[in-house]
Amino acid sequence: MKRLSVLLLVSVASISGLAVMAYADPVDDTLTIDDREMIIRAKAPKGHPFDEVLSGWLFRESETRATEADSFANPGMLAVERGEELWNTVDGSMGKSCSSCHNDASATMKDVGAHFPKWDAKARKPVNIEMKINDCRTERMGAEPYKFDAEEQVALTTYIKHQSLGTPVQIDLSEGEMQSWWEKGKELYYTRTGQLDFSCASCHEKSMGKFIRADHLSQGQVNGFPTYRFNTAGMVSLHNRFRGCIRDTRAEMPKAFSDELMALEVYVTWRGTGLSVETPAVRQ
Amino acid sequence: MKRFLTCVAVPAFLCSQAAAVEIAPDAVKIDEMKVSQSLTGATGNAEEGAKVLANRGLGNCLACHVVTPLAKEQFHGNVAPALDGVADRWSEAELRAIVVDAKRVFSEETVMPAFYSLDVGINVRKDLAGKTILTAQQVEDVVAYLTTLKGSN
Repeated sequence: MKRLSVLLLVSVASISGLAVMAYADPVDDTLTIDDREMIIRAKAPKGHPFDEVLSGWLFRESETRATEADSFANPGMLAVERGEELWNTVDGSMGKSCSSCHNDASATMKDVGAHFPKWDAKARKPVNIEMKINDCRTERMGAEPYKFDAEEQVALTTYIKHQSLGTPVQIDLSEGEMQSWWEKGKELYYTRTGQLDFSCASCHEKSMGKFIRADHLSQGQVNGFPTYRFNTAGMVSLHNRFRGCIRDTRAEMPKAFSDELMALEVYVTWRGTGLSVETPAVRQ
Repeated sequence: MKRFLTCVAVPAFLCSQAAAVEIAPDAVKIDEMKVSQSLTGATGNAEEGAKVLANRGLGNCLACHVVTPLAKEQFHGNVAPALDGVADRWSEAELRAIVVDAKRVFSEETVMPAFYSLDVGINVRKDLAGKTILTAQQVEDVVAYLTTLKGSN
């Protein structure tokens, strides 16, 4: 019924040519990908500002939602295929590929991406999939690390995360100093930046469900990254998105994989606890 | 910290003095939710104000507010209250204070950016450091437009 009224509002608005957006709740719908039902609503973990965590999929338009639900239509699946190719490609002075050590990713990487970022005892900080890949490349393959947002980095990360499709996000904050990184990330989440003076919470907590221009504000969940975006017609990594949001507040952008953005990744990932990994999600 | 505003290209009748003084961002006084004095010493231009309000690189007010008289502009947001009839709810001096720095009028919690203040977020983009989102003139133009938003328009 709720869905019907939203549709009705939208159609009335388009019929009348009125460009003013109406408030719209997240849709009441289910998401099934490759015959597996995704968890797109989950009870929030203790200490979370919301009662329920919601996938960004629920905030997108029907066409965008349908594209993600169909793996044959999802352009992000091309990155998955490219990632698989890279997984099996030998690179570096030691003559190894990812599969030389990790064999079949569908078995060895299954569910792995749902539990990153993870504490890295050697680096003494949390690392994400991109950093883990570079670590393997330099330490075990004798290859150059991928530069931030290199096409290979995004594709391989997408492929690895995709092996967790459907698995609920759950990171371990009890490892090492994860809790203090979580605290730091939380502080950053609520810190207002730039000339426009917005924090992450300004849009994704206080204004969640409302419209900024034509953009329906979601909870800013990260369970679908790397994500295919229609507006840039390509894959977008998480740190690219973080930087883009910060840039839009008219602030200087922190470096990708900097301590600041890693802390933010830890905290924001926690905010999506219980949602299925949707990589590669499709967004507008 | 007062600067002289040159009146070049401003019709003479808008300049009550030969050289009106512009109030610098850090010199604006907000008393009881009001900025009573024009930032430029003159009344703004409502028509220009509507443009500043809609322009995505300037006020971009429609990002968050609905303004029904500007329905020809696409996509009005609803993060904040509609501005329809806003002049019935607030005086010109109050509207000016809200545009200058809503945080000093409502609370620190408000999401609305301060359009004429240097007390903003951290790590401001280097080329924007020390600059306000709008100029004093643009603020006055926006205020002039807002004061036209009465009743059902």
